[in-house]
Amino acid sequence: MPIEIDVAHVARLARLSLPEEDLARYGEQLGLILEHAAAIQGVETEGVEPTAHPLGIVNRFRPDEVRPSLDRGVVLEQAPDSTETHFRVPPALDAS
Amino acid sequence: MSAADLSIGGARAALDAGDLSAVELADAVLDRASATEAQLHAYLLIDHEGARAAAVAADEAIAAGTAGPLTGIPIALKDNMVTEGVETTCASQILAGWEPPYDGTAVAKLKQSGAVIVGKTNLDEFAMGSSTENSAFGTSRNPWDTDRVPGGSSGGSAVSVAVGSALGAFGSDTGGSIRQPAALTGTVGFKPTYGLVSRYGLIAFASSLDQIGPFARDVDDALTLFEAVAGHDPMDSTSWDGAVPDARPTLDAGPEGLRVGVVEEMNGEGADPQVLARYREVLSALESAGATLVDVSMPSIAHPVSTYYLIAPAEASANLARFDGIRYGHRADGETVEELMARTRGEGFGPEVIRRILLGTYALSAGYYDAFYGQAQKVRTLAIQDFERAYEQVDVIAAPTSPTTAFKIGERSENPLAMYLSDVFTIPSNLSGHPAISVPAGTDDAGLPIGFQLLAPALGEPVLFRAAKAVESLMGVSARPRLEEVAG
Repeated sequence: MPIEIDVAHVARLARLSLPEEDLARYGEQLGLILEHAAAIQGVETEGVEPTAHPLGIVNRFRPDEVRPSLDRGVVLEQAPDSTETHFRVPPALDAS
Repeated sequence: MSAADLSIGGARAALDAGDLSAVELADAVLDRASATEAQLHAYLLIDHEGARAAAVAADEAIAAGTAGPLTGIPIALKDNMVTEGVETTCASQILAGWEPPYDGTAVAKLKQSGAVIVGKTNLDEFAMGSSTENSAFGTSRNPWDTDRVPGGSSGGSAVSVAVGSALGAFGSDTGGSIRQPAALTGTVGFKPTYGLVSRYGLIAFASSLDQIGPFARDVDDALTLFEAVAGHDPMDSTSWDGAVPDARPTLDAGPEGLRVGVVEEMNGEGADPQVLARYREVLSALESAGATLVDVSMPSIAHPVSTYYLIAPAEASANLARFDGIRYGHRADGETVEELMARTRGEGFGPEVIRRILLGTYALSAGYYDAFYGQAQKVRTLAIQDFERAYEQVDVIAAPTSPTTAFKIGERSENPLAMYLSDVFTIPSNLSGHPAISVPAGTDDAGLPIGFQLLAPALGEPVLFRAAKAVESLMGVSARPRLEEVAG
């Protein structure tokens, strides 16, 4: 059985604005893919540790030293909208 | 014969002997690209000026006696490897026009080695796909039959090496994206052990699976390319900080005494009969040459595709959150930041990328995490344990690379699940982080290339390359596709 998902909710979580008809189609396709993927739920994994890094490397730390970073002007040049010193965006907070 | 048809090893000898200049070699490769690109579309961008400048510098280094293995060698880069000042798009509208302010570590190493970067090759958008049909800028075509796909996602890199519009190329392999296109184009494609090549400056798809690796005409060249980019990088905290295993000394040790595992669960069942026949033929040839075939069972890799298509999209949904229209790339209008982001992403990403972001977001969302993503990471652990048990009995494991030869453009693009099943034999070594290589093993009746895959344990590059070279010695280097049919 294809799995039914609330695709509009998932799209909202993923910050994806999509036309209604596309949402319906994606929902159908995801249901079929998840039906196939659900096969792994039958695998016995009691007491098995999940894999994070295939070679088992854990957190690494480096000295906290001041080093040069990318030039601000060069970085801002690639932004769709910026001032001389900042990225510019529409209001993030409701002004009212 | 054009200089574009040389192997890297052959070109190196000619350059060092003074029989060929790096500028002549670059021109031969650029001419080959001019002759073939209209048909094949391997490249998204060719950097004529940069390539010629690098070739001039390479000739100076050769004259000064400071040349290394790749000095003056024309190389192509998959367009998810960031290149300073040279447009990098990941074949996505959302990054169209982006000129990165820095070089990725692998790119920087190649430049330092004196390689000539020819350009940026086509891929499935954000490396998500098995055919290049998901590129926002058009599909690459297979030079063996231009009605067919070259495989993917690193299809452009594979094509460039197959036809000589580069002598070597790099791609990235998350679920088979180097090995499958190598198999479908008659080239060698190698995915190193996870962490041996820095991912700094590789635009991330699935961080626990992604690995940069080379395409080459032959096994020696693939090793040369790998050696140029391997090694620990403080900029990638997942990179391996031990020594890079040296595969050179045992490269020509031959197949005698090699224990080759034939895995019950990866023995090619469900594969095209001709692919299967070639696979068995190579196994017999290895056995006749002194290798031992050993049957091994790995029950936990029974669901590789399901496991992969939960882990990879989950990681992708997190990685691709950075494409929000604020700092680079495409931006749509919006009254609020959230509206701007959602519209930018809805417009900027293609259907397969959206599908995977949705799938990954779902697999990570409250209430489903344990059942899908969490369970997949546990099944992954079981698969790794299966591999480790198998490698107690064998040195390498053999499998077909792709269950079929190159399929027709459009044949699978309407059925995502069918496309995903193209990866069934390549995914296990991404899940395990182990190295794997595809080497050419002849063609089917229609003349389409077939790949033979070898897998080895983590850091098992020496035995992997030895086995790959043994297969190459038995089966021969692939012929070139007939260029008169794709040129013009």
